[in-house]
Amino acid sequence: MLSGLRKQSILPGLVPTLGYTVFYLSLIVLIPLSALVFKTAGMTLDGFINTVTAPRVMASYKVTFGAAFVAALINAVFGSLTAWVLVRYSFPGKKIIDALVDLPFALPTAVVGITLATVYSSNGWVGSYLDSFGIKIAYSPAGIVVAMVVIGMPFVIRTLQPVIEEIEKETEECAACLGANRLQTFQLVIFPMLLPSILTGFALAFARGVGEYGSVIFIAGNMPMVSEITSLLIVTKLEQYDYSGATAIALVMLIVSFVLLLAINLLQRWSRRYAEG
Amino acid sequence: MVSKRIFRIAAVLILIVSYAMPAFGGEVVTLLNVSYDPTRELYADFNKSFADYWQKKTGQKVEVRQSHGGSGKQARAVIDGLEADVVTLALAHDIDEIQARGLINPEWQKRLPHNSSPYTSTIIFLVRKGNPKQIRDWDDLVKSGITVVTPNPKTSGGARWNYLAAWAYALELPGGNEQSAREFVKKLYKNVPVLDSGARGSTTTFVLRGIGDVLLSWENEALLAVRELGPDKVEIVYPPASILAEPPVSLVDKVVEKHGTRVIGEAYLQYLYSSEGQRIAAKNYYRPIDETIAGSMTKFPEIKLFKVDEVFGSWQAAQKTHFADGGTFDQIYGK
Amino acid sequence: MSAMETVASPAISVQEQPGRNALSEPAMIRWLLTGVALLFLGFFLFLPLLAVFGQALEKGFSAYLAAIREPDCRAAIRLTLLVAAISVPLNLVFGVAAGWAVTKFRFPGKNLLVTLIDLPFSVSPIISGLIYVLVFGLQGWLGPWLYEHDIKIIFAVPGIILATIFVTFPFVARELIALMQAQGSDEEEAAMVLGANGFQIFWRVTFPNIRWGIIYGVILCNARAMGEFGAVSVVSGHIRGMTNTIPLHVEILYNEYNFAAAFAVASLLALLALATLAVKSLVEWKMRSPRPVRKPAQCAST
Repeated sequence: MLSGLRKQSILPGLVPTLGYTVFYLSLIVLIPLSALVFKTAGMTLDGFINTVTAPRVMASYKVTFGAAFVAALINAVFGSLTAWVLVRYSFPGKKIIDALVDLPFALPTAVVGITLATVYSSNGWVGSYLDSFGIKIAYSPAGIVVAMVVIGMPFVIRTLQPVIEEIEKETEECAACLGANRLQTFQLVIFPMLLPSILTGFALAFARGVGEYGSVIFIAGNMPMVSEITSLLIVTKLEQYDYSGATAIALVMLIVSFVLLLAINLLQRWSRRYAEG
Repeated sequence: MVSKRIFRIAAVLILIVSYAMPAFGGEVVTLLNVSYDPTRELYADFNKSFADYWQKKTGQKVEVRQSHGGSGKQARAVIDGLEADVVTLALAHDIDEIQARGLINPEWQKRLPHNSSPYTSTIIFLVRKGNPKQIRDWDDLVKSGITVVTPNPKTSGGARWNYLAAWAYALELPGGNEQSAREFVKKLYKNVPVLDSGARGSTTTFVLRGIGDVLLSWENEALLAVRELGPDKVEIVYPPASILAEPPVSLVDKVVEKHGTRVIGEAYLQYLYSSEGQRIAAKNYYRPIDETIAGSMTKFPEIKLFKVDEVFGSWQAAQKTHFADGGTFDQIYGK
Repeated sequence: MSAMETVASPAISVQEQPGRNALSEPAMIRWLLTGVALLFLGFFLFLPLLAVFGQALEKGFSAYLAAIREPDCRAAIRLTLLVAAISVPLNLVFGVAAGWAVTKFRFPGKNLLVTLIDLPFSVSPIISGLIYVLVFGLQGWLGPWLYEHDIKIIFAVPGIILATIFVTFPFVARELIALMQAQGSDEEEAAMVLGANGFQIFWRVTFPNIRWGIIYGVILCNARAMGEFGAVSVVSGHIRGMTNTIPLHVEILYNEYNFAAAFAVASLLALLALATLAVKSLVEWKMRSPRPVRKPAQCAST
């Protein structure tokens, strides 16, 4: 089948590399994920719809996607700003700080959750200050947002950094020569160049937040209808030995993730074309 | 110099031989005990004691491996193929689920005395030092301005006992009925600001994060928490009445047949009922069923204890009415 | 970074007086932005990190060492290293193959393929674990057969490795696809015309261009492999001393109210991440060649 494709590249290696890619992908990802579909297929359509649209499940979608959206937004704004600072400015300790950005990757999510609960609960370092202003972070939906910000932060910063490094000074010089002041240069030249990557970073952080579990349950409070995330409902279903109910919700999550990621990839393609054109 | 070297070589040889010995002197049998969260300390002690007992009795070395986690999650792991020789879980319903998949004999609960529960526990209150909110009984928990910490009954076995204890209390009140019990429990959960997914999570939330005025907890967990986390911070309140929690144990028949460990597995569970086993349970704050050992310890006050079978019919019935999807717990949060 | 600065500085010196403002922000804005960035990182990164180490050392340094030397912890460290040692190279090989296939050729369904490669990244860890239970569990597809033949996949080391591979699946591939796409295939095509074969092209032309991507991808993949909690928790069975990885051991210690030890072991993972990052910086510093090599390729594509 592959040989039938019109090869536009003169380079060798399409069949072995693509073959291996598809094989490994199927083995590790597709076949196991298809188990979800088959398990769910055991339900009636009505049962499926009732399960995935139950009020508590709907509320959990709202919490999960809402919190992930807000967290991704915070990350998009402050993460982009941080990436700019880390690339363009110099200050003591920058290299170390730059290296630390990857840490949320390395720490087990449960540790992140426990630690955030320690710092942001009403008797924690930050939480106690906020508490005196009547702001509650841990054990409220705000806690979910905080956890998702931490988890998603590296994605925005690491997506933006190389792009900012790539911006050629000549472009900015051109703008300056043509009489633009710094703000205009930024608004009209730099920001449009960065926008696709900011969107990518946003979408990645959003997708990661939607799937997050370990860190969230420790800080969320997990109140039904208020601060209960969808992953927790899957666990709840499993606790009742309701495997098909669990896989039904999991399937919905999976489809949403897939659509999200597809959108990100189209966005990236668009951004490349935008950059090239 | 030379003598020092010889000495060193000899020492190394002795070490190697002593490590290798068990391999020559009789096989080491391993058992896997899949248990729930609060029994860690109990089985750490018990397994040592059982290994000594078994070696003295038969000359066979035994190593008991432990797995701990939420009761339901652990039961599911066994259902999905975790090869546990014995299970020691939080409630009979979880073992029933394993049985329903054909891994355990349907008669399992009759095989050992006391419904296969070698120790019991109950649900009590943990409050801040000095009991500033004056919490004494279940009806104090529904007062406005009181915050209660308890885990989510849908994900935690212990939390289901908490829920049923409150329900049973409301039923036993003068004029109590289904409707009033539902109202009572609803009011109680209105006072709950955090539903952790497990019992230990709730204990940490209450003690370390300082959330809540009262924690509903297993008696054994509360006693341990006071010891481990600070007698200066929290204290225990015994309500006049609570629920009798009977954590059951069982062999997993299909697995012991596969491993050839039925005899030793049975001996392991029987040893829980021996006076030594009972003493270890009591030391780890579980109520022993052996009256003589229970009597010799003063740390378990007598309170009125409701039985699940008498109040709710059976665990299956309670699970279905209260904790299944659309059950009373869901109704509380369903507006 | 260093190359950027050398490129930038002559430009600035040329139009020192009038153009200063137009090429960079005023000092006040710079300080303000730096401050905001540091505040952001401070609240969401440094404070939690400080809390981890603070609690780890709460009971003193000897307690910290004792927690790490404890036999169950050593077993967890060994298992974690084993799992990473198997899953990272597998994902690396896959990442290189996928990078080559996706960036050097055009074929229908490419977007779908790339999306599927990314998928494990946004799947909830609960689901990542659950799918393997559905396939290999006793109630699942292969479970009964495996049970008959006494082959253990889930609740044993193979299951932990599988779940880890799944969770870390996209990291190297994603890094390399983005990098190779930006570079284009002009250099490879030139090598081809000059008569190089496939392996020569890869080793002599592509590899030198992507090695930083590979190193960074491997570091991320490794960090995530060692730190994964949720998915591994579902398939591990939590048998003490046997199927507990470092993150699961942390959970156990935490649940035993042994908080200092829990954070001590968790801080190991943070230290490990710092160590790999230090190695990366060191290698980068020792071989300052990547940017000059990369630069022309990227200019060509933009």
